[in-house]
Amino acid sequence: MTLREIADLLDARVLVGGDHLDIEVKTAFSADLMSDVLAFAKPGSIMITGLTNPQIVRIASIVDNSAILVVRGKIPPEETLTLAEELDIPVLSTRYILFETSGRLYASGIVGCVRKIEGPESVVPL
Amino acid sequence: MTQGCECSFPVEGENFDEAGKVSVEIKKMLKKIDIPDDVVRRAAIATYESEVNIISYAIQGTVNLQVTRDHILIDIQDTGPGISNIEQAMEQGYSTANDHIREMGFGAGMGLFNIKNCSDTFEISSEEGKGTHLKILINR
Repeated sequence: MTLREIADLLDARVLVGGDHLDIEVKTAFSADLMSDVLAFAKPGSIMITGLTNPQIVRIASIVDNSAILVVRGKIPPEETLTLAEELDIPVLSTRYILFETSGRLYASGIVGCVRKIEGPESVVPL
Repeated sequence: MTQGCECSFPVEGENFDEAGKVSVEIKKMLKKIDIPDDVVRRAAIATYESEVNIISYAIQGTVNLQVTRDHILIDIQDTGPGISNIEQAMEQGYSTANDHIREMGFGAGMGLFNIKNCSDTFEISSEEGKGTHLKILINR
């Protein structure tokens, strides 16, 4: 799917990167935990998140995300959008929640970066 | 800068606004050198995790980058509380992060584990009350 098709499907507003909407996307990673994006996202994937701080842009740049899709109708603050322009990362915002957004994209052929975690389960302490 | 470089970047503890800045800078530098994309990406991820660790837990730290014909060495030293049980800290999911760190989207207990995953050789040493030293070696 192209970013343009994704924007249409999700009634998303393109906040940064209106000239990059022909980018082809095949995979996505949904998370509000940036640590997990760093560990599991694949190059070229789209980051789907409810976070809006500038870190999402730096992380997208580090892991080679093709774009950031912000969910739940959030519009990131100016400093996040300025940084996205600087680092050339498209940012879209949709009113759909994370579950709906992911589901609609999956139903349209976008798949996850990993299906399941390999190796032992991690027991997370409080 | 075609083959190698050696440089050093300071990182200030608790400065969350700047988190990732050094890593983005280092990634830009590495991209200008003739290094495969996946190697650059692994180096950038390992640096990012380390940078966020300094900001989250230490008072201050330094990221030293050395690129030779054969490898990328990322050497990170901080002054801070150190890690009392390294084996436990290396476990997936183990974290001592506070609420503020978690609100930023970090503190999942994946950091050191992920750094090791991105490295070809990884060394960690730490002294309680003094600081932590990481050596991340990635072959070009």
